[in-house]
Amino acid sequence: METSERTLRLKSVSYREAILRIISQAGAGHTGGDLSAIDILNVLYNRILNVSPQTASDPDRDRFVQSKGHCVEALYAVLADRGFFPSAELDTVCRYGSRLIGHPTRAVPGIEHNTGALGHGLAVAVGMALAGRLDGRSYRVFTLLGDGELDEGSNWEASMAAAHYGLDNLIVIVDRNGLQITGPTEQVNALEPLADKFRSFGYALRQVDGHDIPALVEALASAPFERGKPSLLLAHTVKGKGISFAENQAGWHHRVPSAAELERAWAELAAQRAALEGS
Amino acid sequence: MSEKRETRIVYGEALVEAGQRNDRVAVLDADLFKSTRSVLFRDAFPERFVDMGIAEMDMVSTAAGLSASGMVPFVNTFAMFITAHCYDQIRIQICYPRLHVVLAGSSAGLTQGPDGASHQSLEDIALMRALPKMTVLVPADGVETRAMTLAAAGQLDGPIYLRLGRYPVPDVLPEDYVFELGRAKWLRDGDDVAILACGHMVAAAVDAAEKLAQEGISAAVVNMSTIKPLDVASVHEAMRRRLVVTVEEHSIIGGLGGAVAEAMAEVGGGPRLLRLGTRDVFGESAVADELLEKHGLTPDGIASSVAGALSH
Repeated sequence: METSERTLRLKSVSYREAILRIISQAGAGHTGGDLSAIDILNVLYNRILNVSPQTASDPDRDRFVQSKGHCVEALYAVLADRGFFPSAELDTVCRYGSRLIGHPTRAVPGIEHNTGALGHGLAVAVGMALAGRLDGRSYRVFTLLGDGELDEGSNWEASMAAAHYGLDNLIVIVDRNGLQITGPTEQVNALEPLADKFRSFGYALRQVDGHDIPALVEALASAPFERGKPSLLLAHTVKGKGISFAENQAGWHHRVPSAAELERAWAELAAQRAALEGS
Repeated sequence: MSEKRETRIVYGEALVEAGQRNDRVAVLDADLFKSTRSVLFRDAFPERFVDMGIAEMDMVSTAAGLSASGMVPFVNTFAMFITAHCYDQIRIQICYPRLHVVLAGSSAGLTQGPDGASHQSLEDIALMRALPKMTVLVPADGVETRAMTLAAAGQLDGPIYLRLGRYPVPDVLPEDYVFELGRAKWLRDGDDVAILACGHMVAAAVDAAEKLAQEGISAAVVNMSTIKPLDVASVHEAMRRRLVVTVEEHSIIGGLGGAVAEAMAEVGGGPRLLRLGTRDVFGESAVADELLEKHGLTPDGIASSVAGALSH
């Protein structure tokens, strides 16, 4: 394994530990979706986005909007690691008086936009991409959508606009973990054939294993996938990824681990770290 | 008397002027640009005009993205669609992060006319007023519409709801009028009653005061064009009369009447309040004047209600 890949994969282990710590101390959070999205966020913030605490108001910085705002714990873990705020602050998530509240807000350094109501982020990202074009700036706008929130019609309105305006500075990533709060997406309100839908809405589309770090780096670095079209990366993921008993369980959408479950999780993550360090 | 003008028409002209003064102004519309008059901006600054199609929620969120990236977006469609249809987007994407976005609600109120209840916004002021960080403006005439539009593109900040109508009204404000946020304009003083009005109803209230004067009733008329933040000092001043009246082309629940009722109740004592507007009902099809007549919002109707309340 290349050093670069090992470094990122070790970060993912640390992020997963941070996510579980945040959720445990807060007594609330979205474990399953955090764990399905974390490898994507890892690659974005450590390899793709030209953002840093020092350039947080640079008009040429790339923008990232996390539309699946409920998975803010994963975003907090990555932003703290990148130095946007002290890691010690992660112990205050969802506490009275903390700026790290239960869904993203611009009050937090590094967060570009408030989200929380599902189906909003893509249209905001379209606005940011339009503004970049109006301003003649070369920044790119990335947004991460959950697959469950694709039920919201506003995503499809925004997709029409993105294609209509040919926004190739917009990269939409869908965390396709296949589960939403009450069950599989295909049972709740079927999304398939999802790739075909996105293509027919005008995206240049690629698919990737959303936990394959080198594949994510390669795919995201190759955007735009086609000149003159918005890019869509359909990232196939596992809800609860990395913690065996949480994987592919709809119940872990917002379940908080018990003390015994945490012990098992720490052991699994420690084993993952050891395997990487020995590789 | 000056030529009567529709505030939505004046707004469209002022929008072009705003675009000339401020090159950060961008305009969005949802397939109604001829009616909202944003077509004038489109023709003047096509590169800063974004037609979103019939996708109002998408339009509001896109405006948030534009604002977050340094533009000053003006969002245009009918008042009912921009407020009720997009409430979640306005709340989360614009008010919560306190972005400078101007929501221009066109063809507001009963005088939208023939389209009926689906298109007649009688709750929009209440909806917008309830949102934290939102400014709510209802211009009385063409003069104030231009002043508010330029202010919204200039010195004002944060989320702004600008309520516009399609009923021709005479100018009640002087040409040199200077708009001050949160400052009501006393157009006429009077000892017996203070009529606090907004939008189209200001001109009607001025005429009603003339009629009341003929009956020996001295009525003050106040243009309460900033609904939020409310000019509470003017409400307190109004309370020195025997009666306070609010007049609006809107439900008496939650709009100007609601705001004034809250301000009066917080002080306590004082005179009673008469709220004129629609009384918890939907609109219906008719020409504008028929609907104003029905709801007692003509000068005669207002004068009659005021005289009746004073005689009790």
